[in-house]
Amino acid sequence: MAFEGLSERLQQVMNRIRGKGKVTEADVKEMMREVRLALLEADVNFKVVKDFIRQVSERAVGQEVMKSLTPGQQVIKIVKEELTALMGGEQSQIAVAKKPPTVVMMVGLQGAGKTTTTGKLANLLRKRHNRKPLLVAADVYRPAAIKQLETLGKQLDMPVFSLGEHANPVDIAKQALERAKEEHYDYVLIDTAGRLHIDETLMDELKQMKEAVKPDEIFLVVDAMTGQDAVNVAQSFHEQLGITGVILTKLDGDTRGGAALSIRAVTGAPIKFAGMGEKLDALEPFHPERMASRILGMGDVLTLIEKAQAAVDEEKAKELEQKMRTATFTLDDFLEQLGQVRKLGPLDELIKMLPGANKIKGLANIQVDEKQIARVEAIIRSMTKEEKTHPEIINASRKKRIAKGSGTTVQEVNRLLKQFDEMKKMMKMMTNMPKGKKKGFRFPFM
Amino acid sequence: MGFFQKWKEKWTKQADAVTEKFKEGLSKTRNSLAGKVNDLIARYRKVDEAFFEELEEILIAADVGVTTVMELVDELKMEVKRRNIQDPAQMRDVIAEKLVDIYRAGADDKELSALNIQEGGLTVMLFVGVNGVGKTTTIGKLAHKLKSEGKSVLLAAGDTFRAGAIEQLEAWGKRVGVDVIKQAAGSDPAAVMYDAIQAAKARGVDVLLCDTAGRLQNKVNLMKELEKVKRVISREIPGAPHEVLLVLDATTGQNAMSQAKLFKEATDVTGIVLTKLDGTAKGGIVLAIRNEMAIPVKLVGLGEKMDDLQVFDPEQYVYGLFADLLES
Repeated sequence: MAFEGLSERLQQVMNRIRGKGKVTEADVKEMMREVRLALLEADVNFKVVKDFIRQVSERAVGQEVMKSLTPGQQVIKIVKEELTALMGGEQSQIAVAKKPPTVVMMVGLQGAGKTTTTGKLANLLRKRHNRKPLLVAADVYRPAAIKQLETLGKQLDMPVFSLGEHANPVDIAKQALERAKEEHYDYVLIDTAGRLHIDETLMDELKQMKEAVKPDEIFLVVDAMTGQDAVNVAQSFHEQLGITGVILTKLDGDTRGGAALSIRAVTGAPIKFAGMGEKLDALEPFHPERMASRILGMGDVLTLIEKAQAAVDEEKAKELEQKMRTATFTLDDFLEQLGQVRKLGPLDELIKMLPGANKIKGLANIQVDEKQIARVEAIIRSMTKEEKTHPEIINASRKKRIAKGSGTTVQEVNRLLKQFDEMKKMMKMMTNMPKGKKKGFRFPFM
Repeated sequence: MGFFQKWKEKWTKQADAVTEKFKEGLSKTRNSLAGKVNDLIARYRKVDEAFFEELEEILIAADVGVTTVMELVDELKMEVKRRNIQDPAQMRDVIAEKLVDIYRAGADDKELSALNIQEGGLTVMLFVGVNGVGKTTTIGKLAHKLKSEGKSVLLAAGDTFRAGAIEQLEAWGKRVGVDVIKQAAGSDPAAVMYDAIQAAKARGVDVLLCDTAGRLQNKVNLMKELEKVKRVISREIPGAPHEVLLVLDATTGQNAMSQAKLFKEATDVTGIVLTKLDGTAKGGIVLAIRNEMAIPVKLVGLGEKMDDLQVFDPEQYVYGLFADLLES
């Protein structure tokens, strides 16, 4: 990546002033310059950056940094604290109307991801909150937008309210609300058309819709890759509609996402959720602290840990550990383990979440070939039960059969068997090792 | 003759609908930016450090990108020293010239913005980009433009992933009056391209526009899929695709650079379509992309209507950013 994390940049400043014995006000100023650059490169709006730097400088110059033995660390600590504070606490709850249904309007620019997010939000409401949402297709302008929501509705097995593309969006919203009341839905999620914040006619339409259905939530959906203009967009939508929350989309990309900070600073509205992928369950609560690290380019270990916790079955993990200890680890277990790891998501993305990963040569651009993993799985699946538990019985003709069955070559089968053998040896060594000295082993596909 | 004088002349000469549209589309852009530069020039009596600092901010606000801005400002400072400029009013021309210089880098406008159309044969254009930038809409608009220029056009519905994407392209096909080659949702996009090329050959059309699903550039597998799509096209027609156009949303910030890099690696992008320039975003990152990676902008989207797609003209773009300066 072209970006350098803030910690590396501050380290460079520190290297320059090392040996001077004392950190001066000028040094702090230089560090602040680096902080400013890091934030600007992350797309935080320059005005927001300016205010932020002023605030942090005050704290930094006032003793805290200058007296510290590790001024670089201290600056990072202050910057992170202030950044997290600015972004507010974690607030991923959705309003609940006193009298159902709760009405939610989704608004934003074209291509921000409103329709997809509407589907994801409906899924989340049903899955996590056990609610019954009604999807409302009120984007009558973009060709096939209604069809898109209907397809999502079908995938989720949820009803979609639509009056076709010739109806007035305000009428659609009103009638949908009536329907929701009659049929006792808990939530009404209105997907509106994408529009420019400076398009008066279309912004008026949203105001009318707001007037007509009195929404409990108005979510502004924003693309996490948005640049400096995020401020204008958010401010304009907020002034005209009074948004109650923000959903940041496409955060599974490699953007630093400084827009999050800009939006929060100008609207004060909390960022509630983050879109993390194309699948319908890829909507996650927004974590301000992690976002702070991300904007500063400092990795996201917490998300990684959480992903691991959510995906790995505790029981199975224990079982595996036991097997490793007693060296009864079979190819079947290996297959199981592969599955667990894959549940975490694409491996190269996991690696990218590690702080400093981009500093380690060869790791930055590592691309784990998921197909290679699939091939390994295919090879193991082409073995008989006996072969899986006692791989030593696999002779030349068995190898040929396995290669044929998995669509691979004998060489590939050989490679896997060899690596598995090495892995087992390593496990034996590990179990004989005192605790705390264990070293990781390589998966055959890395 | 100064940059703006030149422009003033050119402007009065070609005050046709196209130019007006461009001006109209960029008017929101220019209001804020030019207003700020104007204000800056009015407030300063001297070209000094504070002047440059504010200029830096104005350019950063246009998403030009910190690194490019710093380089640019350094060059401007040298220029000021060289020419011994003290009056801020003289800076207008210098700034605009430098911006256009960065973009052009020696090439002329024609070779930068012209689409590679194969006269008398089939031209294949592949559209790539992240989700929600406006690939399908751009294809619809370009189909309309090419058709009104007398070319026969065929569309390939290569976005088999996103819900409703095929229907969206079909709606455009109907609107414009061109056929769409498609398969069922979820099918292999490379297979759709194969079909579309056979159909294009059989029907003897002039241009085939290929849609693809939006994908984030860091998704390795999806980028591999795109490589395959391109491979299939090249295999069927040597030399094709004749254009690989990366569609960029003008609202995008510094991530656009990463998009340009990774999409170029995967599909050897030949040009950029900058969309949504009718908003308040300026898409300044294209300056940096052109500067660092030599990918030119070929088309710009200035609205949602069928004829809101224009050929990119760097002078017009920079002029659009600074138009108010000239009029004042």
